[in-house]
Amino acid sequence: MMYLIAAVVIWLGLWALNAKLANGPNSDGRMISLAVPVIFGLTLLILWELAVRGLEVPLVILPPPSLIAQTFASQLPILWADFVQTFIKGALSGYVIGCAAAFITAILVDRYRILKLGLLPVGNFMAALPIVGTAPILVMWFGFDWHSKAAVVVVMVFFPMLVNTVAGLSETTSMQRDLMRTYGSSYMQGLVKLRLPAAMPFIFNGLKISSTLALVGAIVAEFFGSPTLGMGFRISTSVGQLALDMVWAEIVSAALAGSLFYGIIAAIEKRVTFWHPSQR
Amino acid sequence: MRAVIPVLTVIAAIVALWYVAVVPMNIKETLTQLERGGAEVTPPSAQDRRDMGHIALVAKNSFAASATLSQDRPRLPAPHQVASELWDSTVDKKVTSKRNLVYHGWITLSATLLGFAIGTGLGILLAVGIVHSRVMDKSVMPWAIVSQTIPIIALAPMIVVVLYSVGLQGLFPKAVISAYLSFFPVVVGMVKGLRSPDQMQLDLLKTYNANTNQGFWKLRLPASMPYLFASLKIAVAAAMVGAIVGELPVQGGGLGNRMLTGSYYGQTIQIWSALFAAAILAATLVAAISLIQRGTLKRMGLS
Repeated sequence: MMYLIAAVVIWLGLWALNAKLANGPNSDGRMISLAVPVIFGLTLLILWELAVRGLEVPLVILPPPSLIAQTFASQLPILWADFVQTFIKGALSGYVIGCAAAFITAILVDRYRILKLGLLPVGNFMAALPIVGTAPILVMWFGFDWHSKAAVVVVMVFFPMLVNTVAGLSETTSMQRDLMRTYGSSYMQGLVKLRLPAAMPFIFNGLKISSTLALVGAIVAEFFGSPTLGMGFRISTSVGQLALDMVWAEIVSAALAGSLFYGIIAAIEKRVTFWHPSQR
Repeated sequence: MRAVIPVLTVIAAIVALWYVAVVPMNIKETLTQLERGGAEVTPPSAQDRRDMGHIALVAKNSFAASATLSQDRPRLPAPHQVASELWDSTVDKKVTSKRNLVYHGWITLSATLLGFAIGTGLGILLAVGIVHSRVMDKSVMPWAIVSQTIPIIALAPMIVVVLYSVGLQGLFPKAVISAYLSFFPVVVGMVKGLRSPDQMQLDLLKTYNANTNQGFWKLRLPASMPYLFASLKIAVAAAMVGAIVGELPVQGGGLGNRMLTGSYYGQTIQIWSALFAAAILAATLVAAISLIQRGTLKRMGLS
């Protein structure tokens, strides 16, 4: 009971602090707009911890964050091996291959009208489909190791990336293209100097969407068969053993990897598309 | 209408490529089978055949090409095999039968729709809160964005198992995952939409002496509709993925379960037909939302 009362009190206190910060003067300052979400996150963690202890939730349903942190720290070698298997080998290689293939296809689609008319509706359709479903087939074809996971990731990132890149390549106005033509520029020059730079915000949007899908694809593909290694494997076997602290530690590491990956792409985007209104 | 011919051409090209790919993909198993049946196969020893490439084998045993199209458990089933299995398992079997895809599709669809409804409802509520409260905007919105980068689906089997151990089973655990996945596209889209009226329009309402409530119902909500529909389309596709992944660990049926059992028992045709059934279902859902979108926006004079 004490824990629950403490939880409510802390929640009210931190929420009031947040309200004060957010509604106070210079709430748009850098420090405060960073502090408010951090305080909110901390509140959630504290509430979680106190609620689990107060309500005596069994460990097999929801372990408290302190236990998850402990497991995370003590199992670092296993987590690192899983991370290398799933993220570096599976997700990252698939991501690079898939995005590169989609990029080249997008340029071809943009060049040839017939492809644009025919392939793009198909691509749009495919982008909305539950592509995760191809995982069992690809695992059957490429074996249990990381190759099959990379293949699933390639299929998953291909269509969002394709659709976004094609949309970006048609972003220039006819005025701009005419200007390039009056300069006597060839197709390649027009592509490299005008249309690709103009497409960059869209390309990065596709890259960002794909970065999340890549990790999801690699993890879900492991549910259909994997060596005794990898995030998806660890999650499914730990659920079977009811070792939920291990599952949560794995999720923390997946979340860290996903956010970091996203953050790196966003940082590159900031440098490449510095001219775009959303970045200024 | 003009777009139909190129699309059909591309689809025909895909199907043709598929047929071409079937032959080398299945050649090894087919040759083994034919040899057992007493046919002459060019490298007679299975050892040699294992080390040869697929395409070289096809070149030497061109007579086997037609047999590769009608394997029982092919590595890659031919399009007509998938089509006939789809037909077989939707029309020929009884709807209540466990081998009927309509039965499994209904399980997946009901979880998808329940999750979609919950996720959309919560998403709209949260978006309204974020637009009207500065504290929520500052504290919740960054986490909503960060959570997009986390592979939530990885949680799916765990959520299902945990809810199962608490006694909740059937539709609800899957719907929770669907709701979670469809929740964030709606939040992000609705926040954008509810903020889309510009200062001029807000000022106009102020000169009419409208209060916040009226401003919401008469300006912000109607203005957000195009954004809402755009995110609903993403959300329904995401909800479907959530339902399928949520079905993997439980034995209750559904398209995801069909895929997993197919992969356990090497029933490739079953996996492919479940995959196509899922694709058709997802496409129908997205198309239905587009239809509602077109009708609604037309009545509102927005399109």
